[in-house]
Amino acid sequence: MDKFLLDTFGNELIKDLIIPIPLFAFVVVFALYAVLAERKISAFMQNRPGPNRVGGRTGVLQVVADALKLLQKEMVLPFRADKLLYNVAPFVVFTGTLLGYAIIPFSSIYVGVDLNIGLFYFFAVTSISVIGMLMGGWASNNKYSLYGSMRSVAQIVSYEIPTALAALNVVMLAGTLSMQKFSELQAGGIQNWFVMGGPGGLSKVIIIPFMVAAALILFISTLAEANRTPFDIVEADSEIVAGVHLEYAGMQMVMFMFAEYAQMFAVSGVLVTLFFGGWQSPFGDAIPFLNTPWMQFAWFIGKGLFFVFVMIWLRWTLPRLRVDQLMHLCWKYLIPISLVIIFVIGFYLVV
Amino acid sequence: MDIKEIQELLKSAFDEGIGEPVTDKPVDPYITVETGKIHAVCLFLRDEERLQFDYLSCLSGVDYDKDNLASVYHLYSFALNHKIVLKVIVPKSNPIVPSVYDIWAAAEWHERESYDLMGIVYENHPDLRRILLPEDWEGHPLRKDFKVPEFYNGMKIPY
Amino acid sequence: MAEIRTEEMILNMGPQHPSTHGVLRLQLTLEGEIVIDVKPYIGYLHRCFEKHCEAMTYPQVIPYTDRMDYVNSMSNELSYVIGMEKLLGIEVPERVEYIRVIMSELQRIASHLIAIGTYGNDAGAFTPFLYCMATRERVLELFEITCGARLLYNYFWIGGLSHDIPSNFQQKVKEFIKFFKPKITELNNLLSFNKIFIERTANIGILPADYAINAGACGPTLRGSGIKFDLRKNEPYSIYNKFDFDIPIGQGLKGTLGDCWDRYMVRIHELEESVKIIEQAIDNIPEGDVQAQVPKRVKPPVGEVYARTETPKGELGYYIISDGSLNPFRIKARSPSFCNLSMIRALSKGYMIADVVMTLGSFDIVLGCIDR
Repeated sequence: MDKFLLDTFGNELIKDLIIPIPLFAFVVVFALYAVLAERKISAFMQNRPGPNRVGGRTGVLQVVADALKLLQKEMVLPFRADKLLYNVAPFVVFTGTLLGYAIIPFSSIYVGVDLNIGLFYFFAVTSISVIGMLMGGWASNNKYSLYGSMRSVAQIVSYEIPTALAALNVVMLAGTLSMQKFSELQAGGIQNWFVMGGPGGLSKVIIIPFMVAAALILFISTLAEANRTPFDIVEADSEIVAGVHLEYAGMQMVMFMFAEYAQMFAVSGVLVTLFFGGWQSPFGDAIPFLNTPWMQFAWFIGKGLFFVFVMIWLRWTLPRLRVDQLMHLCWKYLIPISLVIIFVIGFYLVV
Repeated sequence: MDIKEIQELLKSAFDEGIGEPVTDKPVDPYITVETGKIHAVCLFLRDEERLQFDYLSCLSGVDYDKDNLASVYHLYSFALNHKIVLKVIVPKSNPIVPSVYDIWAAAEWHERESYDLMGIVYENHPDLRRILLPEDWEGHPLRKDFKVPEFYNGMKIPY
Repeated sequence: MAEIRTEEMILNMGPQHPSTHGVLRLQLTLEGEIVIDVKPYIGYLHRCFEKHCEAMTYPQVIPYTDRMDYVNSMSNELSYVIGMEKLLGIEVPERVEYIRVIMSELQRIASHLIAIGTYGNDAGAFTPFLYCMATRERVLELFEITCGARLLYNYFWIGGLSHDIPSNFQQKVKEFIKFFKPKITELNNLLSFNKIFIERTANIGILPADYAINAGACGPTLRGSGIKFDLRKNEPYSIYNKFDFDIPIGQGLKGTLGDCWDRYMVRIHELEESVKIIEQAIDNIPEGDVQAQVPKRVKPPVGEVYARTETPKGELGYYIISDGSLNPFRIKARSPSFCNLSMIRALSKGYMIADVVMTLGSFDIVLGCIDR
């Protein structure tokens, strides 16, 4: 696609400006409809109809109505809040999440930038949103918000370790950090996905359980990074009301919501790319029609949406953990287990 | 154990200050206790082997008559499954009753409520503040002679 | 390096807060996430129940008792009318007693469902809450066909009932029981034995048995500490001595005896016991009148009575003093939530903010009952 755009416009700059446009469009549409999906799925689980007034019985236009309502709302500045930080914070959070999308490979022909340190870049930029949360929580001049932001920092910083460690297994097997390379390596069907030990001979059977465990750890810890139940102590409504979001209204609130939902897909995208074949069709080249570049979009988004669905499903099923239990889970279980997995994978590679 | 026996036990432990049990009126019989004795009596009731009143079911302030207030204790024993009602009558001019908070922790809030609404002051209570009404409320509304003030903090009370 | 100056943070939880179950204010003194002290402030919902009663006639008090614990109105009425009948010396017909027992047990199911549902919500699980509310809806429908009201019934009157049950009531209750029994299992699978839920509730807010008695705990809170005490069994009122049921107590299965999970589990088991009682009563309702002979102007003799019954929240007592006139001289309501809430301070020191929420939820308080 890079080449096609370069040929059409003959200008590096115009190409660079056009490339991210589909990304923005995707993030906005996804975030809007993830809200609706969340409401519809939760309604289904709770035996109730859910939104069914705006846009027919399915409520498809509900999110548009919500967005319009929120757009018109006044942005309230709390008493004695830090004006600058307060107003900047939601955008910092959203920017951090959006930057992560740059390296997510949607198809073999479309990726924002194919960095050779893609994965590393992703972990680096998504941490920016932590700063935004801290800014917002502190600037709100509200104790609940402060607690929320403190929790969010502790939680996200801790959970980055198991995330990185679990991802490291794939990096070791693949020998690269480029997201596009990960996807390309997993060609040839479901048996070559990294969750199944990646491409290789029969001997890889040994590492399959460890790769499954690594995928699970990555999923759990990215769940925590996206602040989803059972790890949503940052905005635990029964304890600290809404945490960081507490004082925000209107568009600033929307920014936080967008960031949260966009983050859900971003981490799912990374999980899919690393372990579940990225944009590869599970049938490999056996059915060539299913592995065309345009079908790859469908595969990738489909896989990503599946994990988003699992996140929503978990949220409406499980209670939330307490803050110290959250840390226990991270430091006492996830990190040691992922270290063991790394050791096993390393041993396998050497032998 | 019925109220007569309890009263006799109390009589033998304390020389005076224990009234006769009132049983002729409908239902619940009660014993009147002198104000100064109530703490000692309650302690005795709780700790005596044959009584073991370990549960303070209810503590109420009552506007007893024209000049007196009463503090009423409904006690129950889990161990022996019997109950008793004690009454302490204090004059409105000097409504001070010793607190039984250190005997039954349950008394803490009950005594605060009684103080709040009836104006009985419980001596040695750790934290005797108003509980249901605002801190700056004047008067004790459950007394029969309570007049609803016309204004509260500059706001007119419409009733 | 100079020493860093630290100070405790005071956080006002409430009066408007999602998990204080009403307008309760908890002043938390915190050191980070750890709670050093809790100071409860109540009275935001004070409606002068006791003062109002003094200006009412005796039957007029009944609607006011409805409004005390507003998710549990039938049981509130029962306690008051039993007290009044004791004071007046009225024998009520057996049919009335049966209907009263069935109604109070249905009310117990409804009230416990709210307690369980909101408790799940406190823990962060929203779905069980809606399941519970949907089930409770079926109970309210039964009340609605009986007395037209869904929340505040004014159904138990002194000496009887306001009117008889409809002809299809028994059949409807049987249908409900059939529908409700599997729901308990469903609730257990959904919430009670969820690993995270157990982590959040076991070993939290431990209430030792001796302190529970000393501090006036009652109802499931008391039984959660392992004390087998239920007024329905230990001091039978109405016709509870005719029925065969158990008193569920906490056993410390998942943690220490008397923790939040025990208190929660007592409520789940009580649902089963209530079903048992209703099943025994529903087919045996005798024919007869639903109102005893009560004078038109209720004028009890001079005297006083303390009537207590086992409501879903615990021991609800009315201390009624009559001076022989038409109006009560004094009515004091001893509300179960009031006594249970007074223990929150002792039970939450040293725990975390999230645990205070769980401890508070495990008492199943209703502020209408506390503030009266």
